[in-house]
Amino acid sequence: MKYQSVFDIIGPVMVGPSSSHTAGAARIGLAARNLFGKQPAWAKIHLYESFAKTYRGHGTDFALAGGLLGFATDDPRMSKALDIAKEEGLHIEFIEDSASSVHPNTARVIVGDGKEELELVGISIGGGKIEIIELNGFELRLSGNHPAILVLHNDRFGAIASVTKILAKYRINIGHMEVNRKDVGKDALMVIETDQNVDDTILNELKGADHIIKVSKIVS
Amino acid sequence: MGIRFRTVSELLELTEKHDLPISEVMIQQEMDIKGKNRDELYEQMEKNLQVMEKAIEDAFKGVQSVTGLTGGDAVRIQKYMKENTPLSGNLLLDAVSKAMGTNEVNAAMGIICATPTAGSAGCVPGALFAVKERFNPSREDMIRFLFTAGAFGFVVANNAFISGAAGGCQAEIGSAGAMASAAIVEMAGGTPEQSANAFAITLKNMLGLVCDPVAGLVEVPCVKRNALGVSQALVSADLALAGVKSKIPCDEVIGAMYRIGKQMPSALRETGEGGLADTPTGRLLKEKIFGASV
Repeated sequence: MKYQSVFDIIGPVMVGPSSSHTAGAARIGLAARNLFGKQPAWAKIHLYESFAKTYRGHGTDFALAGGLLGFATDDPRMSKALDIAKEEGLHIEFIEDSASSVHPNTARVIVGDGKEELELVGISIGGGKIEIIELNGFELRLSGNHPAILVLHNDRFGAIASVTKILAKYRINIGHMEVNRKDVGKDALMVIETDQNVDDTILNELKGADHIIKVSKIVS
Repeated sequence: MGIRFRTVSELLELTEKHDLPISEVMIQQEMDIKGKNRDELYEQMEKNLQVMEKAIEDAFKGVQSVTGLTGGDAVRIQKYMKENTPLSGNLLLDAVSKAMGTNEVNAAMGIICATPTAGSAGCVPGALFAVKERFNPSREDMIRFLFTAGAFGFVVANNAFISGAAGGCQAEIGSAGAMASAAIVEMAGGTPEQSANAFAITLKNMLGLVCDPVAGLVEVPCVKRNALGVSQALVSADLALAGVKSKIPCDEVIGAMYRIGKQMPSALRETGEGGLADTPTGRLLKEKIFGASV
């Protein structure tokens, strides 16, 4: 089921004017910030279809900026987010992309600072709800509504078991899990949605497990 | 496994089997899925209710959008109601002013509660705060109204769509108005089946409604489409309470709405390219707002 909660329907509380183009866009920006793990120094944002055609009027631009700054959907600073980003030295570029996309409201967000980069594709599916469908070239399906752990690992046997064993030890329940790889035996990405936020000690233990390259998390 | 529904017919079966109102089925499913207790859910819904109440208050003080395209109509309607006897009746026009007012606040980038979306956020609170004057509901009854509306929206969102970009205005105002109809019926003491009939009648009357916002903004015609949504919501509720039934069952109406949305060209799905957006005046307004280059 795409929508699990009545509060996806009656909600979110948000700054207008559009749930998909404003609230959803803010949540895509926020997901990019969370996955990057900090505020990026720059962002390149490709907008497709309805996002590309109407982003100015709907405030999709300032909402994406607001999300990158860590604003919630009802943050009163939202409409000033582009100015605030400038003040904080976050450089954002918007590109109206004419390519077709899987969903009418799609944004490809590339963020970085001097050291690293992250690229994700988010879709805003209605009523403020979003899905992250691509991360650094990996296809995935992440709602952004639940806490999640993302584990980049070598595609070897035992890698998944070593992660789930640690989660079981700390009694962390897995709500949804999927594994994607670019090629057999190369890097793979584990996406684990959990019922509760996972604290950093557990994250550090995961980082030390066999075949694990990188671990990041989304809090909810 | 506790209570679970994904269609209106499953929802109605649960109300019958456990002898519960629709709101209660929604509350129990939510408690089960989220692992939360009733107080926590009520508290969360109370916050949404307060946002709705505040948006209407703000609208009645008078708001204006940045573009100047919308704002001030809620005040205008309230004044007219005080000085005249509205042809369509006080309750209906009160609902219209509250629905349009909520959307004026949204267009002015104020804070609203999406129900189910921001563009259609006026229908459910407009209906609720108008029938409140008639029924004098408790705070809990008002919260239940929102859970009932949410139950139907939940089914639409999971079986069709609720955004204009995906399915046109029928998916937004259509869903919102239909959700409001069902909730009014429950508050008025109607049966779950009557709620379902009210929902089906409203959604049927919204089929094919396109999303054609001028300049791509959630202003023209969105604010007035909320007047449409809430009026049809009240009329359908009365029809259902009078015993009028929808010949086509709810789930099939939702299915029809989905197929129509899929057949709708992208120009009529929130791209600001077709319909009213593509009229001489629509194009002129867009040019005035964004400049000739856009």
